[in-house]
Amino acid sequence: MNNQLSIKSGDWLIIAISVLCIAWSFKTLWHQSPASQLQIRQADKIVGVYDLNQTRELHLHGPLGLTHISIQQGKVRFKQSPCNRQYCVHQGWLSKAGQIAICLPNQISIQLIGAQQAYDSLNY
Amino acid sequence: MTRSTISILSTKQDHQIAKLTALAIGLHMVEAIFPSPLPGVKPGVANIITLYVLIQYGFGPAAWVSILRVFASSLLLGHFLSPTFVLSLSGAITSLGILWIALHLPRQYFSVISLSIFAAFAHIAGQLLVVRLWLIPHTGITYLIPIFATAAILFGLLNGLITAKLLKKRAA
Repeated sequence: MNNQLSIKSGDWLIIAISVLCIAWSFKTLWHQSPASQLQIRQADKIVGVYDLNQTRELHLHGPLGLTHISIQQGKVRFKQSPCNRQYCVHQGWLSKAGQIAICLPNQISIQLIGAQQAYDSLNY
Repeated sequence: MTRSTISILSTKQDHQIAKLTALAIGLHMVEAIFPSPLPGVKPGVANIITLYVLIQYGFGPAAWVSILRVFASSLLLGHFLSPTFVLSLSGAITSLGILWIALHLPRQYFSVISLSIFAAFAHIAGQLLVVRLWLIPHTGITYLIPIFATAAILFGLLNGLITAKLLKKRAA
């Protein structure tokens, strides 16, 4: 019986390209780099960009009242919020580029920015 | 018993398609028994029949076998018109579309193995598109692309090798 594989040169090319594409997809879609900056939005405006490498407490006034955001050496969280459901607070600490926490009731969102802008999944 | 007054004209090719579809449905059923580690990751062994028919009989019969298999299998498994069925159908349609294009590749360089890999990728692409647009409208599913793509190349290659072997046996 003839046991030789019937893979032709074009097939090898397709296999090689596919493997490269998969490797690339793992690299780009699964990478998570640490964030360096924090961007805060209120309603539709960016109200500030802060460095993450500091310890700092921020107080923002939204429609419902005072939101308390705390930055602590490379990570950030909603510490206190006047909203009902507290989704933003329960999101906990954020430290990776591209991560987002949003408080819809109080119209405040925080987004972490890495060395280069990550894929924007909100505007997509 | 009274003889049926209805007769359906069927050609030899119809019978051939029916037989091969039955085979594909059988493979689909066997595969359905095995649990999958991740929903959506399946070897897709029924596609071996689609590819075999594509090479032996051409695109038309292959499309018939593929689409009939999707409908019949979903009826047998009780998935008809469910999201599973829609995913199965969208995968089959996109992979047929890609196969139709890939058939124009020069045969001396590209064997059925290339076709199989293309079909496998098209399958997941079509399914992920439906998932993204309809079932899970969230970009988070992009995290799954590498896993599905890895499964696609492995099973596409495997199915392609099996089909190549079958075709060789037929030719010998």
